[in-house]
Amino acid sequence: MANVFSTIGEWVNERAPGLMPVYRKHMTEYYAPKNFNLWYYFGSLALLVLANQIITGIFLTMNYDPSASGAFDSVQYIMRDVEWGWLIRYMHSTGASLFFVVIYLHMFRGILYGSYKKPRELVWLLGMLIFLVLMAEAFMGYVLPWGNMSFWGAKVIVSLFGTIPVIGKDLVEWIMGDFLPADATLNRFFALHVIALPLVLILLVVLHLAALHEVGSNNPDGVDIKHGAKGNRWDATKPADGIPFHPYYTVKDLVGVGLFLAIGAFIIFFQPTFGGWFLEHDNSIPANNLVTPAQIKPVWYFTAFYAIVRMIPSAFGTAVWGVLGMFGAIVLLFLLPWIDAGKVKSIRYRGTGFKVALTLFVLAFFGLVLIGTDSTAELIPMLFGSSVDVTSVENLFGRVMVLIYFGFFVFLWLYTHLGWEKTKPVPERVTTHD
Amino acid sequence: MANEVVDLGRRRFLTTTTAVVGGVGVVAAAVPFIKSWEPSARAKAAGAPVTQSLKKIEPGQQLIVAWRSLPVFIVNRTPPQLAALPKQDPRLVDPGSTGSSVDQQPKYAQNATRSIKPEWLVMIGICTHLGCVPDYVGEMKAEPFDPNWQGGYYCPCHHSRYDMAGRVYQGVPAPKNMEIPPYHFVDDTTVQIGVDPQGAA
Repeated sequence: MANVFSTIGEWVNERAPGLMPVYRKHMTEYYAPKNFNLWYYFGSLALLVLANQIITGIFLTMNYDPSASGAFDSVQYIMRDVEWGWLIRYMHSTGASLFFVVIYLHMFRGILYGSYKKPRELVWLLGMLIFLVLMAEAFMGYVLPWGNMSFWGAKVIVSLFGTIPVIGKDLVEWIMGDFLPADATLNRFFALHVIALPLVLILLVVLHLAALHEVGSNNPDGVDIKHGAKGNRWDATKPADGIPFHPYYTVKDLVGVGLFLAIGAFIIFFQPTFGGWFLEHDNSIPANNLVTPAQIKPVWYFTAFYAIVRMIPSAFGTAVWGVLGMFGAIVLLFLLPWIDAGKVKSIRYRGTGFKVALTLFVLAFFGLVLIGTDSTAELIPMLFGSSVDVTSVENLFGRVMVLIYFGFFVFLWLYTHLGWEKTKPVPERVTTHD
Repeated sequence: MANEVVDLGRRRFLTTTTAVVGGVGVVAAAVPFIKSWEPSARAKAAGAPVTQSLKKIEPGQQLIVAWRSLPVFIVNRTPPQLAALPKQDPRLVDPGSTGSSVDQQPKYAQNATRSIKPEWLVMIGICTHLGCVPDYVGEMKAEPFDPNWQGGYYCPCHHSRYDMAGRVYQGVPAPKNMEIPPYHFVDDTTVQIGVDPQGAA
């Protein structure tokens, strides 16, 4: 048998001599820092979820009907009549939420250890583009079942573009292809969700990895192993603190994959809607263009940004400010490599100010999630009694959270550009015991 | 041939003109694709006037009818609801509908009650923030979102609030009063939505 494999190998190698070097460069001879911790699982898990979304998605399209009259029923048909359809659909819908769990943790890891800093700005920018495309992809997928939440979600999100002065109204009609979400909207969202955006997403993921492998991975110490000591047991010229990605990290990542699949399977089998957080109750009602659901809100992963829209009031006869605030909240993340001029990458050696600011930033993010999911509407009367003016308390709380969210970036800019940050000494090599 | 001097100027000219012509071609080819996203002829053609009898709408009640697939609220406003309207003026963004909301109603409905007949509110039930349908909260009692509530509309999406004439409150995300459609009374108990009254501009 060995002869058969080596014969095939030679046959391929003669015709495509470039394949083996690519495999070596990105797998067996990609030297990654040996001190990766738990935070470094999420990149590979994101790839896993992407594969899950593509495979389950392909099978869902086989039974889905992208028409306003048939979409809702076809999803019910998948759930009830298609053999194992419920599993494929729940794998896809739960996968969407898990995708964002993983991506948010992956992004947070980048902020923790300064992975966006020089020379990885391009890796960060490509990653943020992936996040943006993923948001569009998730939104359009959310609209496809044509439940009442889908319909109103589509209407509200598309109406965000209507706040743009002068061209807003025409732009909304152009995006929807009608005067309200209808067949035209559903069909184009289907096309974008199923083919256009996934292609872009896969291209961006390839570029993200290519850019990363060019500059090398960061690590929890924020020390560049590429420019550090040389020589390890595989190669005398390669980083001393690096180990080959394959088999070391591929095998290590399998542990993460195992745990992740266990959690995913538990949710899919026992809590597929996650109490309305992953799949909303109002989406079990067919779309109705005359009745807005009693509590309209996006899925949890958009609520923080969405709460910003709500907390910023309109002024000068336009509601564009809240929309600008929401997009600004994402644009600032793109600019992080230039906002943060700190000389130290990893939080382990950064000043106390950064640690406090980052903690507040995370708390503000969760605060905005609470507002966006309408949890505060229930919490405030419980905390302050039923006679309290919920809107005023919520606005006060929410506006403080918005200020902290944006304040993080302002503070980080001042803190690092004016040299206020007092850092700890960074070790020469990664701190690990072997 | 091999010894010929390369004419760089000529090469630059050819490169530029090719790029420009190609660019124009790409833009021209993109037009049909962009235009294909505009509302189709079928979508534009939909939507005729709607006639609705008012006989069964009790005071304080709201009826929703669809006009051009849009929800139109028809409310039989009670005397207390009407009396509360002027009292709300200080809390509103544009109580007279003369500022940012000047285009939100036909001229014949640009008055204190934003209607042809004071008791009948006829309004497109679409929040001016992001297009949701606000809830009708007609009772004049303390609500969780406003202890001094005098009746009106509350949008569940972003908590915008409007009074009983669809006029927007200050400090909410919505920027304008809700829109009043063209309408007229066919007789005392019938309204037609989508057509201006005789002689109205």
